[in-house]
Amino acid sequence: MGTYWKKNQQRLAPWLFLAPGIAMFALYVIIPIFQSMNISFYEWDGLGDRTWVGMNNYVELMDDEAFYTSLKNNVIWLVLYMLAIPAGLFVALFLNQTVRGIRIYKSLFFFPFVISQVVVGLVFSWFYDPSFGLLNIALMSLGFEAIPVLADETWVTYGIIAAGLWPQTAYCMILYLTGLNAVDPEQIEAARLDNAKGLKMLWYVVLPQLKPATFIAVVVTVIGALRSFDLVSIMTDGGPWGSSRVLAFYMYEQAFGEYGFRMGYGAAIAVILFLIMMVYISAFLFKMYRDEKGR
Amino acid sequence: MFPTPIEKTSPASQWIYKVALPIALILWLLPLLAVAMTSVRSAGDINAGNYWGWPTSFNLMANYTAIFENTPIGQYIMNSFKVTIPTVIGAVALSCMTGFALGVYKFKANLLLFFMFVAGNFVPFQILMVPVRDLTLNMGLYNTISGLALFHIAFQTGFCTLFMRNFIKALPFELIEAARVEGVSEIRIFWFVVIPLMRPAIAALSVLIFTFIWNDYFWATVLTQGAETQPITAGLYSLNGQWVAAWHLVSAGSIVAALPPVLMFFLMQKHFIAGLTLGAVK
Amino acid sequence: MFHHPKKLVAGILASTMLAGASFAGELVINTDTSDPAPKAAFEALIAGFEAENPDVKVTWNLFDHEGYKTSIRNFLTADAPDLANWYAGNRMLPYVNAGLFEPVDDVWEENGLTESLASAQGSMTIDGKIWGVPYTYYQWGVYYRKDIFENLGIAVPTNWDEFKAAGKTLTDNGVTPITIGTKYLWTAGGVFDYLNLRTNGYDFHMALTKGEVAWTDERVVATMNNWKELIDAGFFLENHAAYSWQEALAPMVQGDAAMYVMGNFAVAPLKEAGLTDDTLGFFQFPVINPDVPLAEEAPTDTIHIPANAKNKEDAKKFLAYLARADVQTQINDTLGQLPINKDSEVGDDKFLQAGYQMLSSTTGGIAQFFDRDAPAEMAKAGMEGFQEFMVKPERMDKILERLEKVRGRVYK
Repeated sequence: MGTYWKKNQQRLAPWLFLAPGIAMFALYVIIPIFQSMNISFYEWDGLGDRTWVGMNNYVELMDDEAFYTSLKNNVIWLVLYMLAIPAGLFVALFLNQTVRGIRIYKSLFFFPFVISQVVVGLVFSWFYDPSFGLLNIALMSLGFEAIPVLADETWVTYGIIAAGLWPQTAYCMILYLTGLNAVDPEQIEAARLDNAKGLKMLWYVVLPQLKPATFIAVVVTVIGALRSFDLVSIMTDGGPWGSSRVLAFYMYEQAFGEYGFRMGYGAAIAVILFLIMMVYISAFLFKMYRDEKGR
Repeated sequence: MFPTPIEKTSPASQWIYKVALPIALILWLLPLLAVAMTSVRSAGDINAGNYWGWPTSFNLMANYTAIFENTPIGQYIMNSFKVTIPTVIGAVALSCMTGFALGVYKFKANLLLFFMFVAGNFVPFQILMVPVRDLTLNMGLYNTISGLALFHIAFQTGFCTLFMRNFIKALPFELIEAARVEGVSEIRIFWFVVIPLMRPAIAALSVLIFTFIWNDYFWATVLTQGAETQPITAGLYSLNGQWVAAWHLVSAGSIVAALPPVLMFFLMQKHFIAGLTLGAVK
Repeated sequence: MFHHPKKLVAGILASTMLAGASFAGELVINTDTSDPAPKAAFEALIAGFEAENPDVKVTWNLFDHEGYKTSIRNFLTADAPDLANWYAGNRMLPYVNAGLFEPVDDVWEENGLTESLASAQGSMTIDGKIWGVPYTYYQWGVYYRKDIFENLGIAVPTNWDEFKAAGKTLTDNGVTPITIGTKYLWTAGGVFDYLNLRTNGYDFHMALTKGEVAWTDERVVATMNNWKELIDAGFFLENHAAYSWQEALAPMVQGDAAMYVMGNFAVAPLKEAGLTDDTLGFFQFPVINPDVPLAEEAPTDTIHIPANAKNKEDAKKFLAYLARADVQTQINDTLGQLPINKDSEVGDDKFLQAGYQMLSSTTGGIAQFFDRDAPAEMAKAGMEGFQEFMVKPERMDKILERLEKVRGRVYK
């Protein structure tokens, strides 16, 4: 064995190092994806036997109002969540200074990202409370009608997204702060000599250099938007009458909710969500592939 | 540097900036300040509707002692540590190896495996939920801390591998070459040459994973139940159901729940930020 | 020494039980009784059982009330306790069908429960077997601010017109007639049930929840139209969809709302928040259609042995203890609810007495509750529809059509 190992260790070593990681990852991530796809063709309450129903779950999905509500909300999430990127850039530009104590400011601005979404959700549901929430106290003192954000089908999704934007903006901010650190000072000076400043400078000189930060900000924001489960679950439980559902939440509700336990139907929703996510994952992988080959 | 350093601008705008900075911070953290303020209020304030005014009395000790004495919040926090720490160790250890294998060796399936880890990391949780729960059930680990930690280790390995592999790829390859020429075995190269160089990455990743796992709510609700095993995020939500309108207690609980990752963040700030950007922004 | 064979058997049984007891030991109980009164009741119940059975160590896992409904599914299959609380009627059907509950006919047989708990035997029986032990039930009805009614000169309404008139007086004086929090939906189910029971009666309620009647049926429409009258008259608390049932207690305590269509479990938190027997009253939901006999809602809470329990022997001992008249008297005294055991004493609390009077003289029938009588998926869709209807009554037709579609799918 000794000599065999010595001869072939360069070929064997990577597999040796990979084995535990691949085993765990395959067991808990890769295989379950296919199992879920399989379950989506069954009717199953999670307790008894499974019954094969073919495409029935998907057919039912196509005729399910709640599914379309969730899908629509997912789109709203995706679009509005992107606001975290310019907002994060704005805060980063604001903080990219060297005055005394700026490091403390930077870390305090990052704070919302560190705390759990459960806490964020509780804090914001409280902020929105129709009778004593700060939002409505403010609205009423300005002479507006109070808005029961979380009980109003037109506002509820926007209200939850606003809560989500808070930590997400902090996240994007930190990405941009690091990106700004790496911006080439010589180019900036050169552009300054050419009389570029303000927005023009930002657009033509700084942003191109921030491309890697923007890329990663887009990736984490898209993923965050599609994963939006915690806040919906904590702030509204999908309500009022299901109008703040997103696919991730609807899936949970169908599979494990109080009145749910339709595992097959839930799995079908998850597969749809997965396919949507796959578009982004493929784009991401494609970019990485190009970068790898480019080296 | 962009934008223009403030000390190079007019005294007026310097002054404005210095005033704007704390105001912006207070507005930004207003929700949290409100929580902190509420957590020291008395029940009387809450019942009287004094949510936003100055507290009539400060009940810091009383409220925080109350939540520890009357609820299993201490247990929840212990559970969070018991899930988080093994996950950090496990995921970092696994990904040091996978990252090393994918970053150093050239073999056919390399890129494919790497992409598998990356893609898996982005998968929506929901598609894993039903099978992972069944798997955990079948292994007899449902509603145990190890069951939850095992899943987290496996899932975080995806992200950590991405991170570690990119880090190792950026290390000077000559060091490894030199060791090989001297006949050092691959395992010893990993242990004695590469690992010491990976210290900053390990630190950064540990802080990051600690925060991610501490704040996990979804998997805690899927794989655990009850005060015996549930971590603080899920615990806080169920306590919220018990403390109806006892906002001072909810707030105190939220603060306690947020404390460990916040402390972690302040103590290891440098690593944390490095972690967020290192693996991703090259 | 043993003159009677039965005694001999009993002696042997006792000694084997003692022997078994030294091995027995841990008894795990999962409950969702996290509100203060139920929590105290269970604390006392468990302490009492432990005092009588010093060899058994009880481990009690307390769950959040809303979260429990999801957790029970998990722990019954995965990590079963020895006992778990749940509800009678259709709510336990999925677990019985899946073989997750243990039949406990022997406990009923040996302890004479078929007699002492006779009133609840029907709702505990599925496929000819008995699946648990009921320990409490409670009336639903209208809880109201007596002092506000008196100040405004409102008499307790007994029929629909009086009810609407009372509401009018209240709104004219700036008081919301009915407080409600529908965030978790089921509260709206309670209001629907009462309107429906009073409009169409018990048999219709059962037929509807069993899926035998279309949701677009004109009788359902009649119920909804009655409801709409109340909604249009501003009967219900504004923004109710943002509140849980407990949060909706606050306006009533503060005197901004005067009535609450609720179960008797609301009395304890209301009293804790400062209301007293002088300021809080109870009345039976008023008559809508005089031709319909008065039926009531009185959900029964139960305890079951999961099929996968490890210590069934002690679990059965616990059930027998729980069924005892004195134990039920005590537990319901703390709960502020009604005991099932006919030899138990009903607390002299005025709400309990009122509920006891009302339920024991009911001629129209006793329903469990919308989400206990209807299957899960229908219940969810229905209650979501009720919530929507309460905010957007103009969507009635659309909502009923949607429910009809769900009915077509759920009951095959």
